[in-house]
Amino acid sequence: MQYPSVIRETLDSARNQAALWRSRLPSFKELLLSIPRTPANIVTAAILAMGALLTLLRFTLGIGGISNLDNVNPWGIWIGFDLLCGVALAAGGYTTSAACYLFGLKRYHGAVRPAITTAFLGYLFVVVALHYDVGQPWRLVYPIFVSQGTTSVLFEVGLCVFIYLCVLLVEWTPASLEWLGLKTIRSFVVKLTLPLTILGVILSTMHQSSLGALFLTSPGKLHPLWYSSFLPVFFFVSSMFAGMSMVLFEGGLAHRFLHHKMDEAHLHSSREIALGFAKASSFVMAGYLCMRLFDLAMNNNWAYLGTGYGLLYLVELLGFVALPMLLYAFGVREKRFGLIRAASLMAVLGIVLNRLNVCLIAFNWQLPADERYFPSIMEIGLSVFIVTMIITAYRIFAHFLPMLHEHPEYKDAH
Amino acid sequence: MNRRKFLQLLGITGGAATAVSMGARKAVAASGARVEPDRNAVGVLHDSTLCIGCRRCEAACARVNNLPPPKDLGDAAVFDAKRRPEVDAYTVVNRYDRNAGKPIFRKMQCNHCLEPACASACFVRAFKKTPEGPVVYDPSLCVGCRYCMIACPFTIPAYDYHKVLNPLVHKCTLCAPRLAEGKLPGCVEICPTGALVFGKRTELLDLARERIRKTPGLYEDHIYGETEVGGTSWLYLSPVPHAELGQPELDTTSIPELTSGALGAVPMVAALWPVLLTGAYAISKRRDRIAAEEEAAAVAKAVSEAESKAAEELKKALAKAAKEKESALAKAAQEKDAAVAKALAEAEAKAAKTAATEAAAHEPDGKGER
Amino acid sequence: MQPEVFTSLQDFMLHTKSITYILMGVGLVALACFWVFLSGRDEDIRKF
Repeated sequence: MQYPSVIRETLDSARNQAALWRSRLPSFKELLLSIPRTPANIVTAAILAMGALLTLLRFTLGIGGISNLDNVNPWGIWIGFDLLCGVALAAGGYTTSAACYLFGLKRYHGAVRPAITTAFLGYLFVVVALHYDVGQPWRLVYPIFVSQGTTSVLFEVGLCVFIYLCVLLVEWTPASLEWLGLKTIRSFVVKLTLPLTILGVILSTMHQSSLGALFLTSPGKLHPLWYSSFLPVFFFVSSMFAGMSMVLFEGGLAHRFLHHKMDEAHLHSSREIALGFAKASSFVMAGYLCMRLFDLAMNNNWAYLGTGYGLLYLVELLGFVALPMLLYAFGVREKRFGLIRAASLMAVLGIVLNRLNVCLIAFNWQLPADERYFPSIMEIGLSVFIVTMIITAYRIFAHFLPMLHEHPEYKDAH
Repeated sequence: MNRRKFLQLLGITGGAATAVSMGARKAVAASGARVEPDRNAVGVLHDSTLCIGCRRCEAACARVNNLPPPKDLGDAAVFDAKRRPEVDAYTVVNRYDRNAGKPIFRKMQCNHCLEPACASACFVRAFKKTPEGPVVYDPSLCVGCRYCMIACPFTIPAYDYHKVLNPLVHKCTLCAPRLAEGKLPGCVEICPTGALVFGKRTELLDLARERIRKTPGLYEDHIYGETEVGGTSWLYLSPVPHAELGQPELDTTSIPELTSGALGAVPMVAALWPVLLTGAYAISKRRDRIAAEEEAAAVAKAVSEAESKAAEELKKALAKAAKEKESALAKAAQEKDAAVAKALAEAEAKAAKTAATEAAAHEPDGKGER
Repeated sequence: MQPEVFTSLQDFMLHTKSITYILMGVGLVALACFWVFLSGRDEDIRKF
């Protein structure tokens, strides 16, 4: 490869693009004013403003100033929801790209870019959320670059998430590169797709399971119905249908709100994607239910089913895994897409419930009520802020980038 | 406890059970290394039958660590609520009431486990189990993730939630700096009743067993900390079941052992997944390739079949056309001959007729031409 | 030769896991290279 010519070409491309922008786009202020004042945008702006305020409070009052965390409940919803659920639901990135590129199921091509974008944004904002939760965020690079705590499961999570975020960033760039017109770099990046996909599956397996392994340290604190030596396996397997369900759920939302951004090919393939992912999710959910059941039997925990926590356990597994599993099955057999979409929402909620159970609800179950944790309004506000940023970024990408349609100059791109 | 008593106790030798975590031995059984705790590692024995709840240990701890002195020393009302170590109180004493008899007091602080959960959980190696015994903390590395607090089965570490600039984790240090100077931990030195005894862990275990043996019925027949989570440096004797003094009921398996399985699976995934995934890719590529080849073959076959069929048809058509041409020519020739013969015959007949008419015209019968 | 002695499982695991992580990184790269080597002389799809 001739480096000087590539560099020249890139610079020329960039210069042309910049000139194009300057001629086409108004100033930043005009750009902001040009954003339509739809209800969604107004709410978004309000939430972003609230987030800015909360950020200020976090870094002046400390974690204790805005949260209900204490010495007995050191982890709250920023870990339980933003980190655990965020990573589980971003799993669509590795499942979709594996299905398409590794198992040769080319009909899922149309789902890859949105899934990778979701995953990239998901992991990026997990790192953002960590900057609020951790006491000294400026030291977040220490475990990787300064002092490696290799005996820690959290070290493995951190290392994997860091590397995977880089992988996702590279996998995500083709859409942006097409938008920017940087052809040579784009074609180089596209050649990396296969090894990056494989690396992505490896990294995802490792950190999805390790997030479950985090809780292996606390058999006394996590309720027996959830504590198991197989927690890592449960987390990994559930991440598969979490990711696929999230792809389905988002696809449904995108169809409703971003329909105008989709081209023929995308619309056409979305039915196939829905059927394929629903079938796969359903079957994986069946296997997962068996695993949870066998674990219950091996630990002889039947008696707990009659308690309050037992009820919660049954709600989680029967109401939010078994039920969507069946709905998926009917939806696939009868080709009913509304049913599939409903099931995907239930499955996503089920994953959220499972992660919250393991981290917050069934954790410290033996403590008296006055020592139990409940998030403060500001903690909730910060989580809402982070989710809003993800959605907003996604909407911006969908608007500008060839994500839901093909760029005219790269016809066979994706 | 004074210097003399302490040195006396050190004189006790005898069968020193190493109390190495059985699990640790198991975990490394297959490997080429030995896990042997330092036999000189120190510990502290706390005997609740001797503790009077004066809380002088709390005051000494605060002095030694430059913390604010404990509030309301001497005020019994402090014991009405159960307390736990805080960022500015590394140790606390709690009172546990009995139905009959005097209340029992127990001191609570970091137990300096032989296999510390905090050290295992910390992803920046901020906690370290020193061979001498204390589990020490390096504040210059701590990121503030608080996983140590999740992992600690005794929920000891406390965090600076209200600091922004340098929030840290706080816990008892077993006065490691003082130990290095040959001094006793602050709490042990000040204890007026001898409820706290400092020495080698192995010898403290012997001492504790000796006490149980000498006064059966006075003590619960179990030294708390001997085997819990792989053993702790801080050991407890109690007149009642330890759980009644708020001690968590724990298994002998250490926390590092609980996560070692999951940690071990990670490198296996890194080794095996590339093989399996590349295999899946290769299989699907091969299937695509065979499908493409079969398709190409089918197309070629169809094309050649079509071609040969077309050639045959053409040949047939040509032959047919040639035959038709021939028969048409023959027919035409025939017709021509027939026509010629007919024309000739007609011409002859006509000629004959004309000749006959001419002959008749030349006879004298008066009718003639003109 | 005396095998290395560690004073705790924590110590032992710190040592072994550190080495293992480094080997993982090397291993992944090596596997990728080996695959390229294995596939070096594969035939292309026949297109008649």
